[in-house]
Amino acid sequence: MTPLLELRGIRKSFGPVRAVRGADFSLAAGEVHALVGENGAGKSTLMHIAAGMVPPDAGTVHVDGQDVRLQSPRDARELGIGMVHQHFTSIAGLTVGENLELAAGRLDPSRGSGGTGWTASGVGARLMEGLPPKALASDLSVAQRQRLEILKALATGARILLLDEPTALLTPAEVEELHGLIREFVASGGAVALITHKLREVLGTSDRVTVLRRGIVTLRGATAEQTEQSLAEAMIGSEGIASREERSGGQRGPFAALGVAVGIGEILLRAGELVGVAAVEGNGHRELLRAIAGLEQFPGVRVTGSVAFVPEDRTAEGLIGELSLTENLVLGLGADPRWARGARLDWTAARQRTTELIEAFDIIAPGPDARAGTLSGGNQQKLLLARALERQPAVLVMENPTRGLDVRTTEEIHRRLRAAASDAVTVIVHSTDLDEVLALTDRVLVVHRKEVREAPRGADRRLVGEMMLGVGTPSLRSGQSGQRKR
Amino acid sequence: MGLAAAGYDPLLALGALWRGAFGSWYALTSATLVRSIPLIILGLGVALGFRTGVFNIGAEGQFYAGAIAATWVGLQVAGWPALAAIGAVWTAAMAAGTLWIVVPVLLKVRFGVLEVISTLLLNFVAEAMVSYAVTGPLMEAKRIYPQSDPIVAAARLPALPGSRLHLGFLVALVLAILFWWLFSRTAWGFRLRAVGLGPRAAEVSGRISSRRVVAVALLCSGALAGLGGGVEISGVTYALFQNLSPGYGFTAIAVALLARNHPIGVVCTGLLFGALEAGAQGMQREAGVPAVAVQVTEAVIILVIVLAEVLVRRTGTVRASRPGAEER
Repeated sequence: MTPLLELRGIRKSFGPVRAVRGADFSLAAGEVHALVGENGAGKSTLMHIAAGMVPPDAGTVHVDGQDVRLQSPRDARELGIGMVHQHFTSIAGLTVGENLELAAGRLDPSRGSGGTGWTASGVGARLMEGLPPKALASDLSVAQRQRLEILKALATGARILLLDEPTALLTPAEVEELHGLIREFVASGGAVALITHKLREVLGTSDRVTVLRRGIVTLRGATAEQTEQSLAEAMIGSEGIASREERSGGQRGPFAALGVAVGIGEILLRAGELVGVAAVEGNGHRELLRAIAGLEQFPGVRVTGSVAFVPEDRTAEGLIGELSLTENLVLGLGADPRWARGARLDWTAARQRTTELIEAFDIIAPGPDARAGTLSGGNQQKLLLARALERQPAVLVMENPTRGLDVRTTEEIHRRLRAAASDAVTVIVHSTDLDEVLALTDRVLVVHRKEVREAPRGADRRLVGEMMLGVGTPSLRSGQSGQRKR
Repeated sequence: MGLAAAGYDPLLALGALWRGAFGSWYALTSATLVRSIPLIILGLGVALGFRTGVFNIGAEGQFYAGAIAATWVGLQVAGWPALAAIGAVWTAAMAAGTLWIVVPVLLKVRFGVLEVISTLLLNFVAEAMVSYAVTGPLMEAKRIYPQSDPIVAAARLPALPGSRLHLGFLVALVLAILFWWLFSRTAWGFRLRAVGLGPRAAEVSGRISSRRVVAVALLCSGALAGLGGGVEISGVTYALFQNLSPGYGFTAIAVALLARNHPIGVVCTGLLFGALEAGAQGMQREAGVPAVAVQVTEAVIILVIVLAEVLVRRTGTVRASRPGAEER
């Protein structure tokens, strides 16, 4: 059977960087084909080529067996290829209906707004459930915006959907729902290429999987024959990957003096604890974390000791891309005696410290004078973590510490967080990836409608998931830290 | 080309432009350099705002506010020693420039009113204030012309012998160096820069109050523009009159932009625009070309430089940015 979409011998370089070095990829009707790899492995480039956004240096693209030359995203759309990007592309000031009409190329301003000339059928109709056509895109929740993105691709008549990390921002329940919709779409004859970092997602939803490493396909085959281990090995090579079981637990130093007290229900957090915060978007966990960091208000939060905060949005809130690594270090640490000379700043001293941190944290950067914006996401995160720990905080707060990072960097960040905890830092982590919270932390706080509860020790993802949704767990209000393990 | 099309002898006109700006020692010092002084001082003020991410379009108004205050004080300080008189005049000018931007600052910090609009509108108010001053309270004793009496001799700046180049030029250079030092070597300047480049990150990661920094930057910007007015009064005109400024406050925006807000660049572009305006006078005198033609030339120069920069940037960043884009 002819595949719907086939990429053959694709090569693409950006300047000196060889992003894709001869990769094949095919997508048959009725299948979900997962495309995985580390950051910079070339997956996005490959999909951008399939979507007509980037021309390949070599290689061919075939749609329905026909050799096609995609000059622009429009060409791809006309052939039924729709790309759903990681970042949202809806226009915030337009309604759902208008966004869809715009995507379908039928928005007629003279006709006025409101009408949805584009009518959804099949999967589209299911996606439309709970998406009021007259609601403004800016009023939608994250999950709703994600749906809108997919609907927009469908509105162009796409048979082939290229999804770039579609579940990065969704809660477990929303992820499952999305997976159901993906299955439904392929069952009706469509095909989906799914870029993801989450191995569990690959194993759970895809029929076939292709692994890229440094622009080369290192594994291709039926998903049923793969394990997390085999995929991870193909992604990062044969260097050892600690399994989740080995990583969690372990011995920790004695608990030192108290670090944070979160008011509601008197949940006391102590030095050296790794605490997870789980919540569905919009329940106040952001405010909780930021209140601990001293940036916002949240009832009853009391903090003793200094707090370092690593925000989720690395380039908008964490770093200033236009400034150098050194300057970003100084930004976060302020008038540190090592470089503050009265009103003057001793940049030489700050630069030297930055160089040391680059070394210590394995940050891949041209040097301390490089602009932070030129670093990859993983290296930016390492820089942020280095800077946060440089304050020698009593408490470290991190939002989505490994969002968008590859397996190796994720491991590294986790390792460093554990190391910080064993140095008696109270580490508080929120992640939209519940598995990450459960695997990384000793205690899990769940925020539901601005109320903080502690999950019982050893609670599984199902129980925590229910708490996140507020499914009756009245008895879980924890008193002291009795459930902590020694 | 444009000149030829308009019926003027282009070579004669350009020659006149050159002679007007650089043709003689007198042209250089008394025309070009003198005109560049307010452009540099105001350009630094505007650049300071730009660096912090705010747009003070009201340098013209603050210049006039400074000029009014400088004139008033300059008329009161009879009998003072020169140093004190000049110091008083400049202090008053800076205070007036600062005061003139207080309302836009409050509007911005309290209600989020765009400073672009509020500072721009206050320009017109300032011009009206000058008209009022020179026909009312500050009008000359003879009550003939709408202008003030000249300020007392003690408040006038010493000039280079044989030219009109006054001490203000040194002030402009010192300010440029101070600006450079503040922004590159001090925590204060770093905070301004951080807020200009990433206000959210400055707040969340740097614990910097963006509002306060923005307010301080605008006030300083206003103070510089006010000082520009004071220096013009005490160094060039000695008196206040309408249309004292041939649009210095607006040209200063181009000066700052063209210099990419770098203080040394501001000195260079300030000199460039000073030369163009001085040359324009020469061109008008010798070749009969209206000075408007020079404004056209100025605009063309800005466009060419901006275009060149875009081209350089485009070829330079294709290599740098694409691999990064892949990461997303």
